[in-house]
Amino acid sequence: MIERMAVVWIPAQLREMAGGKEQVEVPGDTVWQLVGQLEARYPGLERRLCENGQLRAGLTVCVDGCFSSLGLRQRVAENSEVHFLPAISGG
Amino acid sequence: MCDETILVHAQINGEEVAFACRPAQTLLDVLRGELGLTGVKEACGNGNCGACNVIMNGVLVNSCLVLGAEAEGCTITTIEGIGGPEGLHPLQQKFLEHAALQCGICTPGVLVAAKALLDYNPHPSEQQVRRWLAGNLCRCTGYDKIVRAVLDAADTIALSVAPVAEVSSNG
Amino acid sequence: MAEETRANEISTELGPAQEPAFKIIGTRPVRPDGLDKVTGRAVYGIDMRLPGLLYGKVLRSPHAHARIRSIDTCRARALPGVKAVVTAADLPTIAGDPAHLDDASFALYCQRANILAIDKVLYHGHAVAAVAATSLQVAEEAVRLIEVDYEVLPPVLDVVQAMREEAPVLLPSLRTDELGQKSERPNNIASHVRMQRGDPQQAFREAAVVVDREFRTSTVHQGYLEPQTATGLWNSDGQITIWTSTQGIHNQRQQIAGILAMPATRIKMVPMEVGGAFGGKIRVYLEPLAALLSRQSGYRPVKLVMTYAEVLQATGPTSGSYIRVKIGANAAGCITAAEATLAYDAGALPGSPVLDGAGILLSPYKIENFQIDAYDVVVNKPQTGAYRAPGSANANFAAESVIDEVCEKLGMDPIEFRLRNAVQQGDRRIDGTVCGRVGLVETLLAIREHPHYQTPLTGKYRGRGVASAFWFNWGGRSSVTAAVNPDGGVSLVIGAADLSGSRVALAMVLAETLGIHLQAVKPVLGDSDAVGYCDQTSGSRTAFSSGLAVYEVGQKLIQEMAARLGEYWGVPPAEVVFQDGIFAAGAERMTFAQAAAQVTGQCPIVAAISVHPQVVSPAFATHVADVEVDPETGKVTILRYTAAQDVGRALHRSNVEGQMQGGVAQGVGWALYEGYVYSAEGRLLNCNLLDYRMPTALDLPMIDAVVVEVPNPDHPLGVRGAGEIPIVPVPAAIANAIHDALGSRLGMLPMSPARILEAIGVGQPTQPEVG
Repeated sequence: MIERMAVVWIPAQLREMAGGKEQVEVPGDTVWQLVGQLEARYPGLERRLCENGQLRAGLTVCVDGCFSSLGLRQRVAENSEVHFLPAISGG
Repeated sequence: MCDETILVHAQINGEEVAFACRPAQTLLDVLRGELGLTGVKEACGNGNCGACNVIMNGVLVNSCLVLGAEAEGCTITTIEGIGGPEGLHPLQQKFLEHAALQCGICTPGVLVAAKALLDYNPHPSEQQVRRWLAGNLCRCTGYDKIVRAVLDAADTIALSVAPVAEVSSNG
Repeated sequence: MAEETRANEISTELGPAQEPAFKIIGTRPVRPDGLDKVTGRAVYGIDMRLPGLLYGKVLRSPHAHARIRSIDTCRARALPGVKAVVTAADLPTIAGDPAHLDDASFALYCQRANILAIDKVLYHGHAVAAVAATSLQVAEEAVRLIEVDYEVLPPVLDVVQAMREEAPVLLPSLRTDELGQKSERPNNIASHVRMQRGDPQQAFREAAVVVDREFRTSTVHQGYLEPQTATGLWNSDGQITIWTSTQGIHNQRQQIAGILAMPATRIKMVPMEVGGAFGGKIRVYLEPLAALLSRQSGYRPVKLVMTYAEVLQATGPTSGSYIRVKIGANAAGCITAAEATLAYDAGALPGSPVLDGAGILLSPYKIENFQIDAYDVVVNKPQTGAYRAPGSANANFAAESVIDEVCEKLGMDPIEFRLRNAVQQGDRRIDGTVCGRVGLVETLLAIREHPHYQTPLTGKYRGRGVASAFWFNWGGRSSVTAAVNPDGGVSLVIGAADLSGSRVALAMVLAETLGIHLQAVKPVLGDSDAVGYCDQTSGSRTAFSSGLAVYEVGQKLIQEMAARLGEYWGVPPAEVVFQDGIFAAGAERMTFAQAAAQVTGQCPIVAAISVHPQVVSPAFATHVADVEVDPETGKVTILRYTAAQDVGRALHRSNVEGQMQGGVAQGVGWALYEGYVYSAEGRLLNCNLLDYRMPTALDLPMIDAVVVEVPNPDHPLGVRGAGEIPIVPVPAAIANAIHDALGSRLGMLPMSPARILEAIGVGQPTQPEVG
């Protein structure tokens, strides 16, 4: 499996756990793998983003401008930009 | 609870009608219930939105503020009595052309009110239309296309009743 | 007159050679459902009738905050004509302490608690019990016979007070969530989210101009005229049918299934015509009650309709809020730093749109140093619901008022300032994502070049205000099914609720795609079994997402018909060409209608498409308002209003203008007239349409809707969501106009006559109304 390096933008409230960084480059083929890598470096980060193996309710993941319906299983490419954002629908 | 019923005779949309209602029942309730005329709508229930507008003896009323029993001997027009087998009333036609409705729930009330206006004043100004329709709330349209449709309908009606000589002098 | 009604169009994206020539898209045909709506024939949720119908009524709490000690329904049950009485005891429960539930289970717990109060009532009007009877009068009498023993508790009504340590706690199981980390102790702050980038403190120190202001806004309601209603039949075989006026049959089916703990497939949702929604008819209120009452009554259909007082008390208005915005700019007029704090009241249960508000308030602009803190706070008011770009008009009011003040201090024209800072393709948005092709600049130019803006405004107490706005728009899942009929017509079954005319717009897409007359397409709204899952009509998504589905279903029909004709003509399908409504291969030709007659006889042609677009382009708008203030009464007259908005591509031109004009009208109400007023005990005082005052025809001028079209490159027709953004910049545009007229700024909504007079210096000081 080729490991791609993606850039994960760290939500502001988790930056303290991530050494103060706004962005972290981590290897992985899916968002789930990226989260796993982040957890390995910064223990405790995963349970802030996920619950019961899924993205926390109210959160969505945006990979290269796409709001993915696959959530944690969304594949990422080399240099993909990954944002964890509030899920907005509308009225 | 008063179980007494009152027998009422009225002319509704050109037809002689007889119905039984309780003393406390509103005309709105009777129209939608006993008479099955669900074109007239109940929204606010207390005379503040115009969705229940009907024309009663030539006067525009909120039917939620009229008792069913008060309809005795009256001539009433609801939305179902506007336009007919001969076709849509120009107001209805213009509302469609101008897209003067979105959800359409206020539309029956607005059309009845607009008809009452044009019966009373066939050549209203924009301000006169707005003032007359101030009793009809619309939450969807912002009233722009409604006012344009009413003014356009007034022009259309005026053209259709204009004497031949007058029309040809306008070219 | 006719020319004046035409909106100005500015297409800056493609040159004439590349611009597609549409025959139907962009025109203004009469909608097929219009006839029934102008004749009173259309059947709305409130018009639903069935044989054997029972009538339901809800008992609601007179208290804003109280513990329920006991509920005695005996006398109600004994009343002749009463067929069913339900309380929270009739709803499924979740085992365990609510304080230890995971997020999803806690959300379900809250959903059920809002349908029928469990152990506490949390707002004036909170449902406690429901009855079904043979007439509405008997049901109303039965409700009066239900005895509830309340232990009244002190209410908390103001968002800022609710955040204090000493405030009464509404939900003992609620802990503050900070992205997965919960607070130790229960309190009224459901969540705190921070967005941050760069070093705003340093940037403020270096800024040439800094403006820091606080704002308060009142609770407002969507104000749809048709009250909530549901008719439910729980049949003896366990199959449930609900007829309702809703924005989303499939979404509501999921909600009801969750609340009643049953498989969604057993529930059929039938969409009635909807008399207005604007976000307020997404959440269920009466539907589960109708189902439960039907079952208990012996499987008879039960209809519930709210009074308008119940609508205002007990559905989902949008948040009252406290917002603080601080903006720093350099001498050249570039925003260099921003800070914002937003505290929104969620009503009684968590889930205000504070994150939506936080996500939009500075998003028209490029800003590299900022911090935004968003607090979701519970108070003893009805749980908030979505309202047209939720959380945004009030947030935009705060931010654009501060921007206006920054412009004033810099001596810069408000349009020029915004042009200097506007996000464009490639810029990074506040949320961190990179902007695609968007049309903010085009809307600013449209306003700058418009005769309205070009015409000076003169006169005392007259003023002009500008505001721009951003709204996310939503993609969501859409499904449609299309069947080709032997006569060449196509039946198009749509999953999306039609709130304002989307079925004609979608029919236009199919007619355009198939090269047939619009009249040959028959759009119908399917029930939840007849068409695939479709997310609710909200989030400005229907023309965009369902439009995409319809476009693709058209392509699929063409493919299928071409394949059949290939068979029929004896040529490979790839040789069958379809253009301008004609199928051709070699010397063979058939119109769509001829082909339909031929191939459907062999076997029907039906196609179904579901889509879930992942790339969603946001909406931008710029508005300008001229007002005149009466210094004796405080009345504000809107003299002139122009709204420019990028819609990507207008499918039905009048529909799009109508969305813009309607959004402006609602924004005017939010700005000047509307706001909930509560007593100190927490009772809603203005729960009727006289005292909750919405704009009338006399309160508005003609609204010039400038439809800007910067085609969305991520949609086959260039469509961008258009329905919500029109409300967002309105309170700010009016506030900035009032400032221009008076020389002072109002920081509270609504900008009522009393507050205007206070700003002029002639009235008594006013407090923010509790509401």
